[in-house]
Amino acid sequence: MTEFASVLQRVALIASDIQRFPPPDFESDYTMPLPATPAPRAPWLGGVDVIVLFAALSVGVYLVHKKRSRLSVFLLMVFSLIYFGFYRLGCVCAIGSIQNVSLAIANPSYAIPLTVVAFFLLPLVFTLFFGRVFCAGVCPLGAMQDLMLIKPISIPVWLQQALGLLAYLYLGAAVLFAAMGSAFIICEYDPFVAFFRLNGNPNIIILGVSLLIIGLFVGRPYCRFLCPYGVILHHFSRLSHWRVTITPQDCHQCQICEEACPFGAILPPTGEQNGQHWAPDKKRLIPALILTPILIAFCGWVFSMAGSSFSKMDYTVHLAERIVLEDTGQADGTTDASKAFRDSGQPGETLIQDAQNIMDRYVMAGWILGAFFGLVLSGKMIRLCLPDRRDDYEADRGDCLACARCFSYCPQELKRRRISRTAPVTAGSEAAVES
Amino acid sequence: MPNQDNALDRRDLIKKGLHGLALLVTGGVSGFLAERSQANSYHWQIDPSKCIACGNCATYCVLEESAVKCVNTYAMCGYCNLCTAFFEPAPKSLNTGAENQLCPTGAILRTFIEEPYYEYKIDESLCIACGKCVKGCKEFGNGSLYLQVRHDRCVNCNQCAIAVACPTQALTRVHRDQPYLLKGMDNKA
Repeated sequence: MTEFASVLQRVALIASDIQRFPPPDFESDYTMPLPATPAPRAPWLGGVDVIVLFAALSVGVYLVHKKRSRLSVFLLMVFSLIYFGFYRLGCVCAIGSIQNVSLAIANPSYAIPLTVVAFFLLPLVFTLFFGRVFCAGVCPLGAMQDLMLIKPISIPVWLQQALGLLAYLYLGAAVLFAAMGSAFIICEYDPFVAFFRLNGNPNIIILGVSLLIIGLFVGRPYCRFLCPYGVILHHFSRLSHWRVTITPQDCHQCQICEEACPFGAILPPTGEQNGQHWAPDKKRLIPALILTPILIAFCGWVFSMAGSSFSKMDYTVHLAERIVLEDTGQADGTTDASKAFRDSGQPGETLIQDAQNIMDRYVMAGWILGAFFGLVLSGKMIRLCLPDRRDDYEADRGDCLACARCFSYCPQELKRRRISRTAPVTAGSEAAVES
Repeated sequence: MPNQDNALDRRDLIKKGLHGLALLVTGGVSGFLAERSQANSYHWQIDPSKCIACGNCATYCVLEESAVKCVNTYAMCGYCNLCTAFFEPAPKSLNTGAENQLCPTGAILRTFIEEPYYEYKIDESLCIACGKCVKGCKEFGNGSLYLQVRHDRCVNCNQCAIAVACPTQALTRVHRDQPYLLKGMDNKA
């Protein structure tokens, strides 16, 4: 359909191009050259990217779950940063693939490239079995921030939870704009891709640098508070088949690992409360459940109100608005876009009608986005009312980025390493490790 | 505490069920995407019929040297002596002196073919995709010069930065088997 349209356009174009000067008849034996058309990157190289992704994920699983070595994970991270970041210049990436998937689902005429499908699905499947190994050692954006983490400070739980909601908003907005075919905001506002390309929009570079500076003290701010793919991985990781275990044996509850985690992902034991803590907190749960539909409706309403502002991301709406402003004398002069539109001689009414339709769809989409966000909020509330039980220090399945930092802090793990490295452990050295 | 064990079992069961469900959903999504997907990749290209040669291509590309270059469809070219893409308006003289040239980098090579015809060839290593010559050719000549994404340079970003900045949405995704939208040509590869 679109191809047909573009063929039509081209036919029209050739007709519209004015041959002011007829092409010459050469008397000499001059032959007209053809314009060079260098081919794009060979498609099998996309396959190489997928194979590298699969291999990196597999190695990551081995390093986190079997070898349990931070240094190895670190090296894998550096490799991924170099390959996916500086060599492949940050494209294609799993985070951005969300948008291609949304567009493919919303628009049947968009055929999503297989490479992108693989980049979207492989990390999800790995996470469903092994936790967020992708975040630990394969994602170049995560690697960029992880390398900058020098002096981690812990931030309060309430702040961490509140900031974490931003990622849901970002995910919702990214899916929305991609599905509407208006913009790929994850790519447009990717804060680190400019570093990979050593070039980029100054505002985005400022954003990236600020995030890296914050990242000196707050571990991986983009991953934890903004990354839309991280939201999906968070929930998949909570259902993962094998979890990242901090200690190889019994936990001594020494709390060292909790202090060591720069991402606030290790939670203390909940303690016994006469079995009481297994019952949900009804006093809070019932209001939370009642509030759920109200919250969904309220957020839906708020976002639908904002829908017309969202629609300005769309080219047609933006252009129509400019045209109206110029027609009513509220804006002076023309922009490149409005001038080109007027020169094309298309009727303004059609454009304004198209823009109106898109705006209506955005109001609808605002309801959906708002309802989604309301659902997230109430889900968080309900989760707070449900009991949690941990006998030992454990990594939160969702938040744990599988970075392998905590392992070497665990006295039990150190003991295990010593045993595996040397001959039988003497009583003295064991005591020294435990103390 | 039998109660607790029951609760634990139930939790475990729910978790396993959700794990299975997540696997199913992932499988379903992959099936759906597999149906909609294709091995053929998309690439960005400029539709010359929409391009107004505004100059954004020169500055908005993520590469330091833009992946967009000027292209000449020779079959449409008038081989003019006074080429309005090559010369400044009202040039002092019709020769390749820098003061006469419109191109800020001198990327157009003017070669004498036969009286009164001259060939105009773009030196891509010098072209910065400012579109000055494109405008000149379009407004006063045959429109044989136009801008195209050169795929040996383009890194094929998921979202092309020039496409975001383009005032006429001239940048579109095209299939790999038709990566150029050349004027006056059958564009099948």
